[in-house]
Amino acid sequence: MAAEGKIDPMHQFQIAPLVGDLSSPFAFTNSALWMLIVLGAIYAFMIGGMKRELVPGRWQMAVEGVTGFITNMLDTNVGPEGRKYVPWVFTVFIFVLFANLMGMMPFGIIPGVHPFTVTSQFTVTGVLAIISFGIVLVVGFWKHGFHFLSLFIPHGTPKPMIPFIFLVELLSFLVRPFSLALRLFVAMIAGHILIKVFAYFIVQGLAAGTAMSFGISLLSFAFIAGVSALELLVCAIQAYVFALLTSLYINDAVNLH
Amino acid sequence: MDLASAKVIGAGLAAIGVGAAAAGVGNVFGSFLQGALRNPAAADGQQGRLFIGFAAAELLGLIAFAVAMIILYAV
Repeated sequence: MAAEGKIDPMHQFQIAPLVGDLSSPFAFTNSALWMLIVLGAIYAFMIGGMKRELVPGRWQMAVEGVTGFITNMLDTNVGPEGRKYVPWVFTVFIFVLFANLMGMMPFGIIPGVHPFTVTSQFTVTGVLAIISFGIVLVVGFWKHGFHFLSLFIPHGTPKPMIPFIFLVELLSFLVRPFSLALRLFVAMIAGHILIKVFAYFIVQGLAAGTAMSFGISLLSFAFIAGVSALELLVCAIQAYVFALLTSLYINDAVNLH
Repeated sequence: MDLASAKVIGAGLAAIGVGAAAAGVGNVFGSFLQGALRNPAAADGQQGRLFIGFAAAELLGLIAFAVAMIILYAV
């Protein structure tokens, strides 16, 4: 990309093959590479805290804090049966958290390297959401049989309203995987586009070379610093919301209501 | 009006939704604080609901943003 070309904030989300080409299903893309990097980071983080020391060090406290956080979330939202679902909710939470944070890391200072946010692709978040939704469906029908459908008729619904309420509740149930995936994907896209647009302002301001454009560059830089801090918060909140909503949906399937 | 200017105007109109979502998110946190300051002991137990409300309000703004982006770059 030219330094002073048209502002093109969508370029960063392009999937480019590193090995092979996109026409083959086995192309190794930058998305796959960054998934592996995220996986490696999670692995390193977890292995460092699983020494099971009697007096935990800082690292072990950090890992136990995360696992305890998820266990606690399922205990309060699902109840005693929630422990069974800790593996999936923990997996999705830590993957989304690390993928979000990896996309925010300043690897760009190394020439030729550009961090790729894995969760900025609707396919990735969509698959995560579909697995969560599938678990809800399987658990619901497994435990309750067709009684699971009573989920769509809240207690105390007046008789004549039942068909209408059933339709509305069914619709809101079916929209869940989309809203789950869309929220994470759009939140990531939006933050990255915002940062990228203002990054272009810096470059263009410096290229213009006048005192005023230099001031605009400086302002944009301060803005980016603030937005980056906000984005780190959003990364954590989105991972938390994804895990929280997954556990709430699992609660619907386990306990009906 | 040519297509390019119509696109930019349309994206600007779609961005109004983001502002509305900002009001919604502010309302969620503001109401939570109002309740939490009256009964701080019960506040911690309601954080899950706080974030559910936040997520719901935020999602609608993000959809408006997605519409704006689709108008600008995909149409």
